[in-house]
Amino acid sequence: MTTQLIYGGAGILLFVIGLGSVLTRPGLWRRLIAINVMGSGVFQILVAVAYRGTAVPPDPVPHALVLTGIVVAVSATALALAFGQRLEDEDD
Amino acid sequence: MPRPGLSLLMPLVLMAFAAVLGWAFWLALTGQDGERLAGIALAQVPLSGVSNPVTAVLLNYRAYDTLLELGVLLSALLGIWSLGPAPPGFAPAALVFRGLVVLVVPALILVGGYMLWVGAHAPGGAFQGGALLAAAGVMLALSGRERAGLPAEAGLRVVVSLGVVVFVLVGLGLMLVGSGFLHYPLGIAKWLILAIETAATLAIGATLAAAYLGGLPRSRPRATRRS
Repeated sequence: MTTQLIYGGAGILLFVIGLGSVLTRPGLWRRLIAINVMGSGVFQILVAVAYRGTAVPPDPVPHALVLTGIVVAVSATALALAFGQRLEDEDD
Repeated sequence: MPRPGLSLLMPLVLMAFAAVLGWAFWLALTGQDGERLAGIALAQVPLSGVSNPVTAVLLNYRAYDTLLELGVLLSALLGIWSLGPAPPGFAPAALVFRGLVVLVVPALILVGGYMLWVGAHAPGGAFQGGALLAAAGVMLALSGRERAGLPAEAGLRVVVSLGVVVFVLVGLGLMLVGSGFLHYPLGIAKWLILAIETAATLAIGATLAAAYLGGLPRSRPRATRRS
């Protein structure tokens, strides 16, 4: 239980740090990184929820959600990076 | 720039939000008496065709999610391609890095294949294998190969859509024999999952590597030039 609370609490902290950065800081790249930090926090919370002690295997459903989420996050980030790059090229 | 009042208010709002989230998390950990999905998911694993529960969830119980996820990956790549050709590649690598690439890329491909196979009964699977293949492509791009080891455009289009296509074909084929979209019959579930995962591994690896290039790979590569 303590392990879960520390791990999940750190995930919540990451999520809130990222959220604060998204809401208050200027700059596209910084916000993109902040959104990824938020996502990492969410994954960490899901992994903490899946943990059921060392004696039994973890809950596979949140694990599968995390795997799915990572792939979606990576592809969304790649698309955002390409859009951002294009915007910068247009500005020049 | 944040206004002065906002810079004071924001941390307070965020702390309150974190407190609410922490409270919800605490309730989720302590307050549950109902049946969790873990028990049901683990009990059904012997019927899923694989023995790794995470793969069973991804490719059997929630196969529809995984199909749509491959669709997300493909549409992100199409979005990137719609922006035009990739920016110019990196300079050809120097001697030491080239030697490293020659060593590491075959190893990455080998480990990617192993990951795909081992996913049936231990942590691993299509996404892990695909990520390793993509890493091999990124290394090739960094060492100056403008196409990151990807095939020419016609072939590339086939490879990146392979995951979705095979997934849908398997689903439709199962409908034809009367067992519903992506409801695998017990006997051949393992082989159907393996076929889908193999296609998905190739598609994920190619898609991520192509996304890394940041645009359509240049159509006239200096292919004849030896690195």
